[in-house]
Amino acid sequence: MKNPTKKRIFPKEEYCLGCHLCEIYCISAHSKEKNLVKLFKMPNRPYPRILVEEKEGEYITFALQCRHCDEPYCITACISGALQMDQNKHLIICDEEKCVGCWSCILVCPYGAIRRNDNKKIASKCDLCIERGIPACVENCPNEALELREV
Amino acid sequence: MKHVIIGNSIACAGCIEGIRRISKEDEIIVISDEPYHIYSRPLISYWLSGKIPTEKIYYRPLDYYEKNKIKTILGKKAIKVDFEVQRVILEDGQEIEYDKLLIATGGKPFIPPIKGYPKESVFTFIKFDDVKRIDKELKPNINTVVVGAGLSGLKAAEALIKRGCKVKVVELANKILGSILDEFSAKKVKDYLEEKGIEFYLENSVVEILGKNKVERIILQKGEELKVDILIIAIGVIPNVDIFKDTPLKLRRGILVNERMETNINNVYAAGDVVESLDLITGNQRVIPILPNAYTQGKIAGINMAGGEAMYDGSFPINSIGFFDIHIMTGGINNPQENTEILEKWDEDTKIYKKIYIDDNKITGFIFINSFDRTGIIVDLMRKKVNISEIKHKILSDNFGLLDFPREFRREKIFGGV
Ligand SMILES: Cc1cc2nc3c(=O)[nH]c(=O)nc-3n(C[C@H](O)[C@H](O)[C@H](O)COP(=O)(O)OP(=O)(O)OC[C@H]3O[C@@H](n4cnc5c(N)ncnc54)[C@H](O)[C@@H]3O)c2cc1C
Ligand code: SF4
Ligand code: SF4
Repeated sequence: MKNPTKKRIFPKEEYCLGCHLCEIYCISAHSKEKNLVKLFKMPNRPYPRILVEEKEGEYITFALQCRHCDEPYCITACISGALQMDQNKHLIICDEEKCVGCWSCILVCPYGAIRRNDNKKIASKCDLCIERGIPACVENCPNEALELREV
Repeated sequence: MKHVIIGNSIACAGCIEGIRRISKEDEIIVISDEPYHIYSRPLISYWLSGKIPTEKIYYRPLDYYEKNKIKTILGKKAIKVDFEVQRVILEDGQEIEYDKLLIATGGKPFIPPIKGYPKESVFTFIKFDDVKRIDKELKPNINTVVVGAGLSGLKAAEALIKRGCKVKVVELANKILGSILDEFSAKKVKDYLEEKGIEFYLENSVVEILGKNKVERIILQKGEELKVDILIIAIGVIPNVDIFKDTPLKLRRGILVNERMETNINNVYAAGDVVESLDLITGNQRVIPILPNAYTQGKIAGINMAGGEAMYDGSFPINSIGFFDIHIMTGGINNPQENTEILEKWDEDTKIYKKIYIDDNKITGFIFINSFDRTGIIVDLMRKKVNISEIKHKILSDNFGLLDFPREFRREKIFGGV
């Protein structure tokens, strides 16, 4: 187990430039294709599991992903059983094979942290890069606007 | 401690997972009249349409019972509970003792009195067995009729169209999806479904089913006579409380429970479509038959049954449902009061419709068509009864998000407890 304790990623609004690199590295981390240009030409490429919030006329931007809640609403609403807590209760994972794209999870997530992968009609949510170790967004943010912290 | 659960569906899964949080060892016995591994009721229409194979209809992995050390008694109906001696009696005479009992018998189809009912090829639409039977008789181009233009009726109609059948829908009300949509959106969705081939008979009902053993024709209240190969009755579900009528268990429409999901009888809990619970928006106790409620209530019951402490704070109806390429999300009330403030927006190009009901500066209901992303933020504002006066003007904007909130509120949300 690479994640022995519960961790969450926290955004720092003051540092975020709104460059969307976290989204791009997130896509790449969840794809076999590592060449970013080729990746973007793939018809069925994964969707980012992180979302950069920005608004015209506002200087503030920040990136947000699943909070891995202690009592996740998304699990209670998932009609297929795709959303589950890992054994140590540290992580909420979506089994993309099971997901049927009903978007019930999007209806209940208090953060709006689940995105729709319209290519495949499945929910796209952060898995803290469980297989990779360190989340790709945290590692690659040029301005250190994302921080992985134990909670 | 010996836990017995009647019903093997969503509330049952919540209960098992609640109990196992507190105790890995307590004995758990699950009884159901359905012979299947725990499956997801909402997925029966996906299965019928061919969208998912049988392996995917299961709500939990096939080793779920084994991993959670559950003993199952499947395919047997519980016919009585003797609350005095704490025993469940099964149809074959077997008696199962319990220390704690969860009643999770869910809903059963409501079938109004119709002349000529029952007949072969007339089905309901709530169980895996229902769609398995329908599937056996389905052929392209046959005439199918669905009674009820609610959520499950229209899901049935969609599946039938996808299987190449001719589909007619008969509905008593003057609009489809009456419980969740307003006139405007109901009309939009109806127009769209008509384009997909569904024919509607609104403000109408079936008065007689004709045919020898099998349905052949039906007669509608307004006089039409329709040729029918398959008739599906999907008017709604009512709490499945038959075996508890005339017992000391307190019932109204559904079983009455407190915040710990306890009934009026010692050591007996109830959860899911069979109970009445608090509607956070209206303040009434009522049946809210949706999957997230069943799971959450089951979980709360399970934690309490195993000796933990958990309280249910109530909920309100929410729905996320798609038909072909149109998607609907709704929540809360759909009958505005005189003073209800209404925000509304329709975009002809994108076919996006958003409507929000606000009472006393709090959101009490919404209807979103083809608008999905971040709707959970709205539902959370409803759950927490947040005063939205400061953000009201932004709430219908296309990229509504956490940036629209005051900085302190946003920080508390992201950095505060989850
Ligand atoms: C077609 C369809 C689509 C739906 N889609 C959605 C959706 O998209 N989103 C949503 O939130 N909700 C949806 N719902 C509602 C959702 O399925 C229910 O809220 C949920 O299944 C309730 O779970 P439950 O555990 O309370 O009861 P149920 O799922 O009703 O299960 C009760 C179980 O108890 C068994 N049982 C009953 N009496 C006895 C007895 N005496 N002895 C032994 N066993 C017994 C029954 O056979 C059944 O297996 C849908 C329902 C249907 C029918
Ligand atoms: S998806 Fe949303 S509800 Fe689910 S764990 Fe993540 S933040 Fe919580
Ligand atoms: S979209 Fe997928 S993960 Fe989300 S609730 Fe539906 S089935 Fe579950």
